[in-house]
Amino acid sequence: MPQSSDFQTILPLTILTVWACVLLLVDLFIPKTQKWITATLAAAGLAVTLGVTLAQLGGPASTGFSGMVVQDGFSTFLNALQLVCGLLGVALAFGYVKRMGLERGEYYTLLLFSVIGMMLMVQAADLIMVFLALEMLSIPLYVLAAFNRTQSASEESGLKYFLLGAFSTGFVVYGIALVFGATGTTNLAGILASAPTSGLLLTIGAALILVGFGFKVAAVPFHMWTPDVYQGAPTSVTGFMAAGAKIAGFAALLRVFSTAFPALAVDMTDILWALSALTMIGGNLLAISQSDIKRMLAYSSIAHAGYILMAFVPYGNPDVAPVSIAAGLFYLVAYAVTNFGAWGVVIAMEKSEGRGLAISDYAGLAKKHPVLAAAMTVFMLSLIGFPPTLGLVGKFYLFRAVLSGGFVWLAVIGVVTSLISAYYYLRVVVTMYMHEGEPTVEREFWLDFTWGLSALATVVLSFIPQALFVMASSALLK
Amino acid sequence: MNFFSEPLTLMTFFPLVGVLVLLFLPSDKKNVLRWTALVTSLITFGISLWVLTMFRSANPDLQLVAKYDWITVAGWNIQYHMGVDGLSILLVLLTTFLTPISILSTWTAVEERVKDFMIFFTLLEVGMLGVFLAQDLFLFYIFWEFTLVPMYFLIGIWGGPRRIYAAIKFFLYTMAGSILMLLAILFVGIQAGTFSVPDLAANLSGMYASGLIDPKTQMMLFVAFAAAFAIKVPMWPLHSWLPDAHVEAPTAGSVILAGVLLKMGTYGFLRFNIPLFPNATIAAAPWIALLATIGIIYGAAVSYAQSDVKKLVAYSSVSHLGFVMLGMFALNAQGISGGILQMVNHGLSTGALFLLVGMIYEQTHTREIKVYGGLWKITPVFGSIMLIVALSSMGLPGLNGFVGEFTILLGAWGAGMDGGSFAPMGGVWWAGLSALGVIMAAIYILFMFQRMFLGPQGEIVDEVKKHGHALRDLNWREILTIVPILIFIFWIGLYPAPFFNLMAPAVDKMVAALQAAAMAMH
Repeated sequence: MPQSSDFQTILPLTILTVWACVLLLVDLFIPKTQKWITATLAAAGLAVTLGVTLAQLGGPASTGFSGMVVQDGFSTFLNALQLVCGLLGVALAFGYVKRMGLERGEYYTLLLFSVIGMMLMVQAADLIMVFLALEMLSIPLYVLAAFNRTQSASEESGLKYFLLGAFSTGFVVYGIALVFGATGTTNLAGILASAPTSGLLLTIGAALILVGFGFKVAAVPFHMWTPDVYQGAPTSVTGFMAAGAKIAGFAALLRVFSTAFPALAVDMTDILWALSALTMIGGNLLAISQSDIKRMLAYSSIAHAGYILMAFVPYGNPDVAPVSIAAGLFYLVAYAVTNFGAWGVVIAMEKSEGRGLAISDYAGLAKKHPVLAAAMTVFMLSLIGFPPTLGLVGKFYLFRAVLSGGFVWLAVIGVVTSLISAYYYLRVVVTMYMHEGEPTVEREFWLDFTWGLSALATVVLSFIPQALFVMASSALLK
Repeated sequence: MNFFSEPLTLMTFFPLVGVLVLLFLPSDKKNVLRWTALVTSLITFGISLWVLTMFRSANPDLQLVAKYDWITVAGWNIQYHMGVDGLSILLVLLTTFLTPISILSTWTAVEERVKDFMIFFTLLEVGMLGVFLAQDLFLFYIFWEFTLVPMYFLIGIWGGPRRIYAAIKFFLYTMAGSILMLLAILFVGIQAGTFSVPDLAANLSGMYASGLIDPKTQMMLFVAFAAAFAIKVPMWPLHSWLPDAHVEAPTAGSVILAGVLLKMGTYGFLRFNIPLFPNATIAAAPWIALLATIGIIYGAAVSYAQSDVKKLVAYSSVSHLGFVMLGMFALNAQGISGGILQMVNHGLSTGALFLLVGMIYEQTHTREIKVYGGLWKITPVFGSIMLIVALSSMGLPGLNGFVGEFTILLGAWGAGMDGGSFAPMGGVWWAGLSALGVIMAAIYILFMFQRMFLGPQGEIVDEVKKHGHALRDLNWREILTIVPILIFIFWIGLYPAPFFNLMAPAVDKMVAALQAAAMAMH
């Protein structure tokens, strides 16, 4: 029988689940024209859960449900981040879905369920839970991607995401099966305890799990779905997905690999090294020729998966792993903040029927909407890793961790690809500031709030990152 | 924190006050915007003079230091650490001096998006001052990279026809160097456990002695830092961004680019490469001298061949900065102090040349040398000032350029006399070859002057008349812009002692440290 302490472990998760289920019912009674109430209620649920999660910060770690879930500094940190992403996701969608004629209450409940899946992923301490969480977060996202059902691009996006998602889940499940075969358990701690320290079966199992999550976080060569899905999905979904799904995927990878497979580091380090290098190079090179801002940001998100993967490479080295994992977590925060801002600007520029999405549509933005253009410049600089933004601090942290681990060439690839990325990010800045045009912009309070807050946070947090550093480095896996 | 007890912080960030005011001014009140920017930069200049009065030139160490813990959590050891010493005080003054002059030069030249222009220009000053004052590598890197952003906009928005190409080239080219430096910064930071420059110098020399960092690694670190700085200087063969950036940049941008931004590169060698990697410095000195000498001669030769007067001035920078590099890497007191003084000289002379070219361009909208001719008769004041500046640039005795170049050549001549640096070729050879550059400078500068200001009247004079207004001489604002520079051109040329005195103790200390490192190596 589950004890009350078990529920204590997943308290935020429980609250949000109950809230989402109730909201699903409540939404039936909210008239079609008043869907903003659903949005507000969803945001309130996220905010309450965020409050509870923050109250857990710094508390003792505990496991629940016979070791199926765990609550520790790592999960609290990432849960808080996921909830903030959820809130920003609601804010991005608030005006956008109405403007695009997509306003249906399910949007917000699906978003909540997806956040629940992400939170469960972060707390999962058993491969079966990882799998459950993966499905829990993915299925609502498949639906959300296809939410604009009258547009074939959106349908294609949903279907593609679903097929590729199912495909990648297959890898994960097969990997779990092999790991179970090798060790006789699916519990992460149990795998470590009972494992033969290496062994082909275990290695292949771990590699398959890596492949599955490689799809989820869009690492090269498992990235092919990303541009199409990101482009076709409603932009508010893309923005949420780009941050949330990525964070969840990396959280699971971190948890699984450093808890269950530290002994495999000898083999895995090289694979991760190659994966990271390929992703940075591939993502950045492919982004150069994009003329559609959504596709460009999609490739940029692939490239950033590569940077975050750098933090995994030294995971088996106990001296460096804590620093590098903290650097990875910090970079996730930096990426999430910047990402929401950038997608917010894209939404502000987007018109119905998918117009206003070409980079050339940003011409003249600096003259007509200087604040919006300045915010976009901040996001682009942050994605390059340029001062005075959070992106620079994140990269500084990341490269330091990688260098401490002795991976000099990976760091060199990291900085060289950053240089390449400057070219296409700057193109947006060039278009906004140095070309003439008459762009029109949608002003909606919550949208302005999202990109405004993101821009402010990107700059200000780069000067006072101490609190985030402390949080990220205390969020380590034990 | 009391700002008046922190003069360097106050000086560096004061322009931000101006930026804040500018942000809230309406963009159609152009003169109000200009005056705001000008007054901001003048107050900053005033603060820098106040700093100068507090600066003790006898003290070879960092002064007026502001040092606070900044990011010291999670294994980081980053400080907000600012300080000024004999190596940087002149460059700080050069920055605060040239900024108001540049702003004054835009009074009628920049008519579009004045508000944005002034904001970027004022932000640029913050970045430049930060570069010269930061004593923590992380802080330095932030300022260093940050200067790229406003300059990129200045070139890209207010530049000439190929401005976008030039702006992106400038950004990417300089960033390419900086990222290697970033890795080197992280590496020394990890190894030495600090980013503070004075501590690093001490920690690193211990690590070299104990073999924790072998000579090969030291050389790689040297090269990584040098990559960033050599591109900025720019040293031959990494100079190709410079002509594009200079030609396309608006006049004020060119002045600051040549006057200050290029000095960030040479200053970087002085502040970081030489003290942090002394053995690698000694080993690399002959190669740097080789590149510097090639740069001197190449820059001069290419200048001679230019038909665009702004390009001519741009390439002359390659040549002049070759002298600076040669002097610094002579690694003796004469060479280094000549190098520092020549940084200032180049900032003044080339800054003034760009200003003058900008003034005539504003009237004629062309920079083709061949359409000019006989200007001296039509615009006597302009012609006379141009002659003085040109002579200063080519190193005529009695003007500032001569003092710098002569000291550098003395330093280069002396280098290697003690068997140390510049082996296997003695410094005499480098000095001799570089002296060729002085002669070539005289040729291309005088040739330019002759074609533009002497001889028969050029076709442009009539061309301008066709548009309804004759070519006019300098007005009072323009004269006011240029005269302060002229004062220093004469002052440094006739009585350079006060300038050398400012830097001498710091330079002596640096040379002593180098000799100690060289002794330890043998």
